Formats: sequence, structure tokens, C-alpha cells
Amino acid sequence: MSAELLPPKLDVNEINTDYKYGFSDKEDYIFKSGRGLTPEIVRYISKIKNEPEWMLEFRLKALDIFLKKPMPKWGNSKLLNDIDFQNIFYYIRPSEKQETNWDEVPEGIKKTFDRLGIPEAERKFLAGVTAQYESEVVYHSIREDLTKQGVIFLDMDSGLREHEEIVRKHFATVIPSADNKFSALNSAVWSGGSFIWVPPGVKIDIPLQAYFRINAENMGQFERTLIIAEPGSFVHYIEGCTAPTYSSDSLHSAVVELIAKPGAHIRYTTIQNWSKNVYNLVTKRAIAMEDAKVEWIDGNLGSKLTMKYPSIYLMGPRAHGEVLSIAFASEDQHQDAGAKMVHAASDTTSIIVSKSICKNGGRTTYRGLVKVLPEAKNVKSNVRCDALLLDEKSRSDTYPTMEIEEKEATIEHEATVSKVGEEQLFYLMSRGLSQEEATAMVVNGFFEPFTKELPLEYAVELNRLIQLEMEGSVG
Amino acid sequence: MQAKVPILKVEDLHVKVEEKEILRGVNLTINSGEIHALMGRNGSGKSTLSYTLMGHPRYHISKGQILFKGQNINELPTNERAKLGLALAFQYPMAIPGVSVVNFLKAALRAVRGKDVPIKEFRQELKDKMAELGVKDEFLSRYVNDGFSGGEKKRLEILQMLLLNPSLAVLDETDSGLDIDALKTVAHGVNTLRKPDTAILLITHYQRILDYVTPDFVHIFQDGQIVASGGKELAKELEAKGYDIVVKDLETAGAA
Repeated sequence: MSAELLPPKLDVNEINTDYKYGFSDKEDYIFKSGRGLTPEIVRYISKIKNEPEWMLEFRLKALDIFLKKPMPKWGNSKLLNDIDFQNIFYYIRPSEKQETNWDEVPEGIKKTFDRLGIPEAERKFLAGVTAQYESEVVYHSIREDLTKQGVIFLDMDSGLREHEEIVRKHFATVIPSADNKFSALNSAVWSGGSFIWVPPGVKIDIPLQAYFRINAENMGQFERTLIIAEPGSFVHYIEGCTAPTYSSDSLHSAVVELIAKPGAHIRYTTIQNWSKNVYNLVTKRAIAMEDAKVEWIDGNLGSKLTMKYPSIYLMGPRAHGEVLSIAFASEDQHQDAGAKMVHAASDTTSIIVSKSICKNGGRTTYRGLVKVLPEAKNVKSNVRCDALLLDEKSRSDTYPTMEIEEKEATIEHEATVSKVGEEQLFYLMSRGLSQEEATAMVVNGFFEPFTKELPLEYAVELNRLIQLEMEGSVG
Repeated sequence: MQAKVPILKVEDLHVKVEEKEILRGVNLTINSGEIHALMGRNGSGKSTLSYTLMGHPRYHISKGQILFKGQNINELPTNERAKLGLALAFQYPMAIPGVSVVNFLKAALRAVRGKDVPIKEFRQELKDKMAELGVKDEFLSRYVNDGFSGGEKKRLEILQMLLLNPSLAVLDETDSGLDIDALKTVAHGVNTLRKPDTAILLITHYQRILDYVTPDFVHIFQDGQIVASGGKELAKELEAKGYDIVVKDLETAGAA
């Protein structure tokens, strides 16, 4: 391979291990991808990645759908209509990718790095200043373990290249391109993301993390993730982090598909803290077959606008789905999140817990759907959405929907809106806590059902981040 | 005894809550090592006094001053008062869902002492104090006051007093709603709190707890003022004769 095709800062020795970009040998493509979205750019992406013909066709069809579909009329139309689709780079080769200058990184983010004690190397990575994160050593030993168990854990590009059959069988079966405008966009220009296949009966005891994949596009704009858990298997996948992540790309539109086959269990944890210039429009959906279980643990802390409704289609009897979501919106932020549960089989159960907090004029929205199809008997669903408003400038809206088409169903819904009580604050302040510390404590307590589901390091970091937010020292 | 600054000196205190005057000239002096019982009927303004001492934002001092260790604390924020050594055991402690008792206690100690308490030391102190009050370990992982019975809430309040070790502990109706066993436990806690460098202001409606905690001074509170003061016998008289008669008697005798 010619040197210029190598992503920057990589050792030639890495090529044979986990880092494969698979550029075509004959680099006669002098096309330089510019802004805007055209069929040429889509062809370029597919060719550069050496994809099979069917994937190129898939992309082109999706592009067509994207261009034809109108913008959704619901949601924060004001912000959505601000997106200038022509002014975005849809794909940049890693070797051409401009690294962010450390000077460009917003002060507020640098301050948070300091306060959270983020190590130097990690800061540069999170700020997009370097594309490389030196977690190689950790990653290699985990990889060996996984390989022994027969688990496949690769970036999506490599997954397609090395396991074409498995991918072809499952890709876009959960989220078709035409599902919505942004899934169409992702389907046309996707790059990066994770591909995980767990063999039958294998239970992976450590959480797999996106960090483990050394990839220049680790936090790419249009990631595509596909996780397949064969019958009786278990996997916990974690993406993102509580520390703020600076991205100069303003549109992030990922698609995540989960397939939990009979008796399998998938837990997918996300914590996003994108910088405030980012639009984060994500489509996440899972299929749970009989006796399977899927959990979405979804933390939304950053971005200018996030629209995300993790969904679970309970397709087989006794399948169980859970969405546990938190949203934190501060000034100039709108977290529009929620969940969808579709009960398509009998004896299925679901739980949705949504907790949102807004301060300084931030805005949170809960959009939820619980749907029970006819003939799905003995369904139990429990929804709880709590909103906490920290001041009068902030706003919270709730749009819960129930579509129950079967007589025997037990559906519960509870919603609360509250503010931090004066009496609570007084009680805590009488124990020596300042007003900010007291508020942070109440807020951390409010998020506790979510925090306790996180691995310890994330929980600790989340608590500290909340404390910083309350002290107002984070921009 | 050496002439020392009283721990608390309340001088002609007038307090309004939402424009209504509740305290109408309270005068009270408490020295270190003393237990003062403040007794009065419901609505007499007892809780207003305790909330004002602690600096609740809705309670406005319209006249007079509060001197704590010689310092005027009228304008001092609540958390600063706690750091000076003032503590309040609430009559109706608030629930803080999602926050475990152990984390809450750790944060409170850190805030009041001004620095982190080493884990081992903290655990030991906690263990000792919990044993004094018969509080079980599993208590620590429950969320503060969330779903607690009345007795459990009061026990947690006393536990906090023992840990915080304030110079002045104001106990607001610490005995109300308790059965006899809980009452004895709480009383034991109060007696444990009693030290030469600690003062206690025990606010109560019934004289029951005073069977177990012997006060040095008893004050009768009525219509936003202290109308009578005496020694521990005053409490017994109250029980025997009721508020009206006792106050009348004292007025007649010119002891108010």
C-alpha cells in the first residue's frame, strides 16, 4: 500500500492487526470530496472503502430517498430548518481530515477537562485534536479474549469487508433506509461505527467499548452500528463518555441496529456530551425475539439539538425491553428524547424511565410511544417520566402516546414535573452544603436510577460533571 | 465559672413570615453545656424560632439580633451558620430521593468540618454513633428520609447531631409522634450529645421527653414570645396544670 493511503500516525505494523482501512490498491481516484451531497460523493465513499456492489446500490437508493423526503414537521422545526445540508462535508478521508487546532476548542470544554481531571492524551482525542487514542495495549488483550470466544468486534467497515454474509443478512433489517429522513442520510453516507456478532450461548463478561476500536473516525458523523446477539448470548456495549466532546462537524446522524435472537440479552449504554454546535439526530432500534431482553441506557448531556428515541420491537413471547434515559439541557440546548416500545407478541413486558433536567433556559422534551398490537395478550408496560426544572427560564414538554389495540393489557404511566424544593435546599444547607452543592446533590439523586446502571468510572464522572454544571463553572 | 460569651444570645427578636409577624420580641440566652427546653402550644411560634436561628430564607428578621458565639448572624447564610457550629434537628425532615444516607452524611461532615474525613475514620465514627442509637447498617444504603417512618426520621436527625457535634443543637419537636421505645432512644441520643462545650435547645410540645432528659432551664413560649422561664420543675407544673393556668400563675406571681 502506498504511504499516503495510511491514516496519519499509524505504524505499518498495525495494518495486520485490527486497523484495516482497506483502501483500494490502485489509487487512481483523484476525486477530492467537497461539501454537499451528490451521487458522486456516495460512489467515492463506497469505492474508497472497497465495498461490494450491493452496498453501493443500497447507498444510492438511500440517497434518493433522502433527497426526496421532506424534513419532519414535528420536533424543533426552527433548529432543524437551520441545517444547511449543502454546506456539510459528508465524508473526509482520514488522511485528509483536518485535525482541530487546540486553540479552537471552546474554553468551557477545556475548563471541564481540567475539573474532571481528564488525562492529557484523552483531552486531545476528545477535542478532535488527534485522531488517535493510545489505548492499544488494553485493546489487544481484550481482543485476544474475544477472539477465543468466537466474538466478532470490529468497526463497521471492516465488518462488512470480512463478514459480508452475516452483515448482508442483518444490515438494515431493523431500520430500513426509508424509515425517516435521517436514517436515509445515514444509509447513504455511513462510515465507521461498530459491528458485533456474539455466537450462541456466549456471555461476554466485560462491557465492550467504542474506545477499544482504534479508528480515526471513532466519533464519526454518520456511524452505523450493528449488533447481533445469537440465541442465549449476552453483550453489553458502551459508547461515548461524560467528558465533553468537541466536534467541528455539526451534523451527527447515527443509526444503531440491535438484534437479540431468542433468549439473548443486549445492553447498550450511551453517554453523549457533544459540544453545543452539534445536531445529534439518531435512529436507534432493537428487535427482541422470544425470551430475549434489550436495554437501552441512554444519557444525553450535550449537543445543540438531540433527537433520539431508542426503540424496541418485542417480536417474540416473553421478550422484555427497557429504556432508561436521562437528559440534561442547559442554555442553548434542546434534548428531545424518549422511547418507543412496540409489543408484537404476548406476555411481553416493557419499562421506560425518563428523567430530564433543564436549567438556564434549556429545554427538554419527552416523546414516548407504547404500542400494543392486536393479539398481543397479557402485555405489561410501565412508563415513568420525571422532569426537574431548575429555574423559570427552562422548559419541559411531555408527549406520551399509547396505542393499545388489545383488550388485555396492563399499562401504567406516571409523570411528574417538579423543581428543587426550597425546603430540600434548606435542609441540605443546614448541613453545611452551599446552595450549588445542595442542588447538585438533589440532581444527582434525581438521576440515580440511571447512574446506578453505569459502570463505576462513568457513574463517578457523571456525578462530578453534574457538580460542575451546578457550580456554573462549565460553559 | 469563668465569664464566657454565651453560645446564643437572642435579643428582642421580631420575625415576619410573609408579612405576618410571628415572633414578637424573643429574648433568650444559652450558655455552653446547658440544656434549655422551650415549651409551647402548637402555633405559638416555636418552629419559627428554630427556622430563624438556622436562617430559612422566608423568615425575615424585622427587629433585634441573634448573636452566636458573640457574632451577629442575622444575615449569615444557612450553610455558614452550620459551619460555625449551629445545627437543627428538623421536625419534618425532607426526603432526598436517590441520595443514600451514607453519602449524605459524608458530604455533611465534609462541609461542616471543612475537609474530607478519611474513610476508615468515618466508618468507625458512624459505627459507634449508630450503635448508640440502635440504628442498623442497612439504614445507610437507604435514600435520605425517603419512605422513612417518623421514628426513623427522628433517629437520623439525632444521628446527624451526634456526628456533626455542634456547639448548639436546636432540636425541633424531636419527640413528637414517637412511641415510648423510640422516645427513649432519642432521649438517650440527646443525653449523649450533652457535653460541657455543647448547648442544647430542646423545643417541645409535650413534657414527656423531659422525663428522660433533664433540662437546666424551661421556657414557656406563647404568641411569639417567651412568657415564662424557670427550672425543671416548671415542666412538671405544666403537665399537671396545663399552659393556661401555669402562665396565669406566673403572671400573678410576677415571674414572667
